[in-house]
Amino acid sequence: MHISEGVVAAPVLAAGAAAAVAGCAVGLRKMDYQNTPKVAVLSSAFFVASLVHIPIGPTSAHLVLNGLIGILLGWISFPAVLVGLLLQAILFQFGGITTLGVNTVVMAVPAIVCYLLYSRIIRSRYDAGAAIGGFLAGATGILLAGALVALFLLFSGEQFINVARLFLLAHFPVMVIEGIVTAFIILFLRKIKPELLGGDIR
Amino acid sequence: MIEEHFSTGDSVIHRIDPRVRIICAIVYSAVIAVIGNLSIAFIGLGAAIVFVALARLDALHLLRRLLVVNVFVLMLWLVLPFSFSGDTILSLGPLNMTQQGVLYTLMLTVKCNAIILINVGLLSTCGMFNVVHALNHLRVPNKLIHLLFFIYRFSHVMQYEYARLTDTLKIRGFRPKTSMHAYRTYGSIIGTLMIRAYERSEQIHRAMVCRGFKGKYWLLDHFALRRSDVLAAGIMAAGAVIIIILQWKTG
Repeated sequence: MHISEGVVAAPVLAAGAAAAVAGCAVGLRKMDYQNTPKVAVLSSAFFVASLVHIPIGPTSAHLVLNGLIGILLGWISFPAVLVGLLLQAILFQFGGITTLGVNTVVMAVPAIVCYLLYSRIIRSRYDAGAAIGGFLAGATGILLAGALVALFLLFSGEQFINVARLFLLAHFPVMVIEGIVTAFIILFLRKIKPELLGGDIR
Repeated sequence: MIEEHFSTGDSVIHRIDPRVRIICAIVYSAVIAVIGNLSIAFIGLGAAIVFVALARLDALHLLRRLLVVNVFVLMLWLVLPFSFSGDTILSLGPLNMTQQGVLYTLMLTVKCNAIILINVGLLSTCGMFNVVHALNHLRVPNKLIHLLFFIYRFSHVMQYEYARLTDTLKIRGFRPKTSMHAYRTYGSIIGTLMIRAYERSEQIHRAMVCRGFKGKYWLLDHFALRRSDVLAAGIMAAGAVIIIILQWKTG
């Protein structure tokens, strides 16, 4: 889920970069040297998990997990996502420097929305509630990210309207898979290590 | 999964100070991103190809990387050529492929690949540790540098942990399929990865406290800006200025 280099118009790139800088400033303020290792090692785990391909019918899709990132890291999602994307740009040539801002917004804003909407229900007493919260967090993360990509494309010019539609459509199956896997991860963490979901890091 | 093929080498590019390379990569990426004209986009691509050629990278590997990265561009080709009004060159039922649409999509393709090649030639050749070190010199916030350094360092550890987990799956005869069981298994695997990461980070934190970590890394080697670095910076800056002037003149 990246906006490629050289596609989006310059004002959109600039606005994305400004928003990413602001979000990172908030996130970095919430992170002190005490919890830096926790944030960092968990982010590395997310980085590796995002390389995992999950089968859907005849094809496969890779996980994004930005909903889960939001639940675990809260506002610190912003710098964590920024660094993850920078690593992808340098190591795998996915995305690049000029789109770093917009892509950070695309991933991190849904993460924070999920954090604000679902972190309470995920900690509820009932497993069913937590599972639903987990599914919604996973699905919302993808849906919002796809919607943001579509929106950024539309801001760049009307000619992108069909591309934006196609992009959004392509993400519906991924949305469902991501929701299911996120729900299972949440249930697993509740059983084995509930303090991870308790806001210990953010 | 995580490999750095382009970071090792002994080419002209690899010898340039990483700080210079990073700044030039940012400048060139930004300049190419705002190009609005096909022929100038090709000039940008030419500049990018020069950098990559000078870096003498493994061509086959580079092509394979480009192919993967161009998936988004492929999606643009499926839709964008049909999204413009103008001179029709091909009709498929209700869809009209127009010359304007094709030229526009071609421009985006050229720009996208030009920026990717700039990144490969100037950034990926640095190696992550040099990038972190250089960003430290370029006044990037200290906490962000910490995060970058840590995430890079431990992504390898986590990759190893993940490989161990999938090995245990293989031993138990797990086959990835489209089923709830498979999704639950992936959920548990990733959950385990998170927990291992968390517990590992506690050990790391204790180790750092033991060694009196106070938020500063002590560096043993430092970059030195040599005359050849200044020369390279000058040549690359001149190239960027030429592209800017051409773009400005054609409007």
